[in-house]
Amino acid sequence: MQDVRWNDPKTTQYVNKHVPRVDGPGKVAGTAKYTFDIVLPGMLYGKILRCPHALATVQAIDTSAAKAMPGVRAVIEMAREGATMRYAGQEVAAVAADSEEIALDAIRAIRVSYDVQSHAVTTLTAMKDASRVSAPEEQARGQDPGQFWSSAAAVIEEEYYCPVRGHLCLESHGIVFRWDADDRATCWVSTQAVHGVAGELSGGLGIPQENLTVICEYMGGGFGSKFGAGVEGATCARLAKAAGKPVKLMLDRYEDQVAGGNAPDAYMKCKAAMAADGKLLAIEADLYGTNGPGRGWGVPFPYIYGVPNFRVRTHSVSTNAGAARAWRAPGHPQASFLMESVVDELICKLGLDGVKVRQMNQGSQVRSAQLELGAAKIGWERRNKNPGQATGRYQRGIGCAVSTWGGGGRGGSRCDVKIGQDGSVWAGIGTQDLGTGARTVVAMIVAEDLGLPLERVKADIGKSSLGSSVGSGGSVTTASIAPTIKMAVLAARARLFETAAPLLGVTAGELECAKGRVQARGNPSKSLRFEEVCAKLPAGGISESGSWNGALQQGGVAGAQFVEVEVDTWTGNVRPIKVVAVQDCGYAINRLTAESQVIGGVIQGLGMALLEDRRMDVPTGRQLNANIESYRVIGAMEVPDVEVVLFDTHDKVAGIGEPPVIPTAAATINAIYNATGVRIRTLPATPKRWFDALGAKS
Amino acid sequence: MKNFSWVRPKTLAEASASLKQNGAALSGGVELLCLLKEHLLEPDRVVDLKSVSGMREVDGSNALKIGALATMDAIANSSSIRTNFRCVAEAAESVGSPQIRNVGTLGGNLCQRPRCWYFRDYHVKCLKKGGMACYAVAGDNEYHAILGGGPCHIVHPSDLAPALIACDADVLTTERRMKLSEFFHLPDSDVRTENVLNSGELVTGVEAPATMKGWKSAYYKAKERPSFDWALSSCAVNLKVSGTTVSDCRIVLGGVAPIPWRSKEAEDFLKGKSVTGDVALRAGEAAVATARPMSNNAFKVRLTANVVRIAILQAMGMPAE
Repeated sequence: MQDVRWNDPKTTQYVNKHVPRVDGPGKVAGTAKYTFDIVLPGMLYGKILRCPHALATVQAIDTSAAKAMPGVRAVIEMAREGATMRYAGQEVAAVAADSEEIALDAIRAIRVSYDVQSHAVTTLTAMKDASRVSAPEEQARGQDPGQFWSSAAAVIEEEYYCPVRGHLCLESHGIVFRWDADDRATCWVSTQAVHGVAGELSGGLGIPQENLTVICEYMGGGFGSKFGAGVEGATCARLAKAAGKPVKLMLDRYEDQVAGGNAPDAYMKCKAAMAADGKLLAIEADLYGTNGPGRGWGVPFPYIYGVPNFRVRTHSVSTNAGAARAWRAPGHPQASFLMESVVDELICKLGLDGVKVRQMNQGSQVRSAQLELGAAKIGWERRNKNPGQATGRYQRGIGCAVSTWGGGGRGGSRCDVKIGQDGSVWAGIGTQDLGTGARTVVAMIVAEDLGLPLERVKADIGKSSLGSSVGSGGSVTTASIAPTIKMAVLAARARLFETAAPLLGVTAGELECAKGRVQARGNPSKSLRFEEVCAKLPAGGISESGSWNGALQQGGVAGAQFVEVEVDTWTGNVRPIKVVAVQDCGYAINRLTAESQVIGGVIQGLGMALLEDRRMDVPTGRQLNANIESYRVIGAMEVPDVEVVLFDTHDKVAGIGEPPVIPTAAATINAIYNATGVRIRTLPATPKRWFDALGAKS
Repeated sequence: MKNFSWVRPKTLAEASASLKQNGAALSGGVELLCLLKEHLLEPDRVVDLKSVSGMREVDGSNALKIGALATMDAIANSSSIRTNFRCVAEAAESVGSPQIRNVGTLGGNLCQRPRCWYFRDYHVKCLKKGGMACYAVAGDNEYHAILGGGPCHIVHPSDLAPALIACDADVLTTERRMKLSEFFHLPDSDVRTENVLNSGELVTGVEAPATMKGWKSAYYKAKERPSFDWALSSCAVNLKVSGTTVSDCRIVLGGVAPIPWRSKEAEDFLKGKSVTGDVALRAGEAAVATARPMSNNAFKVRLTANVVRIAILQAMGMPAE
């Protein structure tokens, strides 16, 4: 099995082709059931009371009025008296009731008295309080950057900020929990890790992990925020226990934003130098950001480009705001915005070619080739040679930026493939579809190697009762499950060939599956229909499993993006016109969903560039826009033409869920500068930021 | 949510009577649902105005006549309004999303409450809710007033109101008829409300004189998210043009003041002039000459000058670039 390879694309009917999602029609028609859709007989609705203050001590909790309300079946105190609440939105108590409306009324009937203390909810205010700032972690290389400031051809000294952003999953966080016996339960969770949640919840509830079945057949987005069932998951289980009935607890939009995780911000004071030929010389930077009440904030910096001499000090700031969680390529979009802004400013100061300078300062041949290709596709030569010289209302420009990511797989998965005597094929693996098309990947790989139509394979995912698999984060899913599925179907096919070989009078090694038949390789005249072979299988058919084969995957992907924008200089609106996204993806299992992943990353990156901004109110300590009205995400009308180039670099599988989001915001900001000569150093690039930057410039 | 009884009046008199008993008017429900969910309104009765006949007229063929229950979509797609009172059709089209325009009505659009994020947060007791302070003053006022603010600094969110006032419209209620411009009031007269409606009084429609038909109008709305957003700043312009000269005009701003803000300064500047790109810009600058931005919204001053400039050029059919 050591020499197993991915199928030659010239010979495949599914793998490495554009294949529509097998569960697409069900999602469109509404037959695909998400956690939000689950309704069980006798089910109650759970709601959580949250602290309205950013920093407060709980003095007393009185739940008596809530308990006395008709229709209320369970009330749980989640915070003890004397506990410190460290952000507005932290959990205080929870109820389960016959209806969502009663549950909402009941949490409002809980009386809590707080001792309110003074808070700090933003990085920029909290960093003034030394007790909230961790001792800086310094990274350094080469000589003291200070010695380059006077001699370098170009030096800039600027401040940059990208704000905290939310995940804004279409489906909010939530769970439906049902106890089936005292030590046995089933739950439906919107999660990107069914096995992870099974371990998390069973441990917390003190029941054997095998007795807890976690189901997530379909989910409405996670982006890093749904690895665990979270406080709300464990609380839902406790409510269900206390009430003796199943409970559904879905967060609303407000809760999702204040308590469901976020992407941390990044504030940087930076001085940087470049030589006349475009070589980066030195960087001195102080970076600040917040993960919420906890510590440990940081972003990878300097990012991608080689800087021979640097001193970077990272300061983690503690704030009274909801905690950060992984967010699609954690730290990288922020690092890309900071680094690419600095590099672009230096390039523009020297009047050099941004593509050539980027190529010169990084070491990947793949990325260098991607920059070349992307430049040709967008028409890099059309860029503004003299930014700031245009006078009309609408001004166009082009910018670029690059990315790096892992995307390799991990071991620890098991895929089962069963072939029945009736010719039925079933493949199951305990992964989940984060939206990347995992179910389709299962069906494609199995159908390909059994020579069957896609619809003949029943692909089963999204249950912890299936073989173990990794959480869908770090872009590891496809590179973890695809090799596993491949090994499983090859094992099952070997058994099929054992039965077919004597029937066809050839050795098993001479057989292949093609077009619904098992045949001597290259000789359809010596063949049997797949079903004819299955009918001869031993009783019980075939049941084989496979585990991960690391030789079928490889991490380490590069990307380059080019964005063309049109700036309305009278209103400050930035309209993305065209994005070229060149993404290294190794061997793409499904080119259609891989391209879709890239488009999704670009859209989310445009949101970071132009709209998304968690607004914490300094005086009240509350999030002002914990909704989807004033926390704006990109709408369909704002999405430009996105040209995706899957850059096939090798014949092994790599994950690309995260990397396409990384460079979009930086490339957009650089494009705004190229169009107008105005540098936006604080994201997002809203009309306010446009006029503020214009004012600072004049 | 506090339980309420559902009232389906047959007549306006019945509707008014129900409203006086802690009732809340329902037409499209877009705004009412927001207010109920955030506990900003806790009515005993929800009075469904759709059960009352009439108030659905949409006609711009002579005088402009729009009933309170006419939807944004009906107004936006009325060819007579688009021909004769163009800024009104453009304002209706700029509202929300197609789903909202399909149900949202004229009456709701005129009577909606401000979008101020302090007002909308149940846990913040601001002046409008009987509190002691306008939180926007010390807090985040990026989207707040640059004209006419104080003691509360909301901006009026209606798109239709500036356009209708630019057409010199009257508002008709169950009790009276008045200039729409006098329907709205500044916070310093009553900080708890945005208009002069009495308890139980309902808007039934608007009318603008047929004499405005020959004027040239446009509505331009600047948004943070172009496809679907409230106005950062908007402007309705209505010009009476004789030859190449503006003989009379009405210029009304939205999204910048607690009421639809008629800019006499811009109007006075423009009257008697031939419109050029430069004249339009200077009219825009005149419109914001008295603006007093807050700590975080100075950008709205420059933006608004350009918004007025664009609206004037669009009304004239001149290229705005």
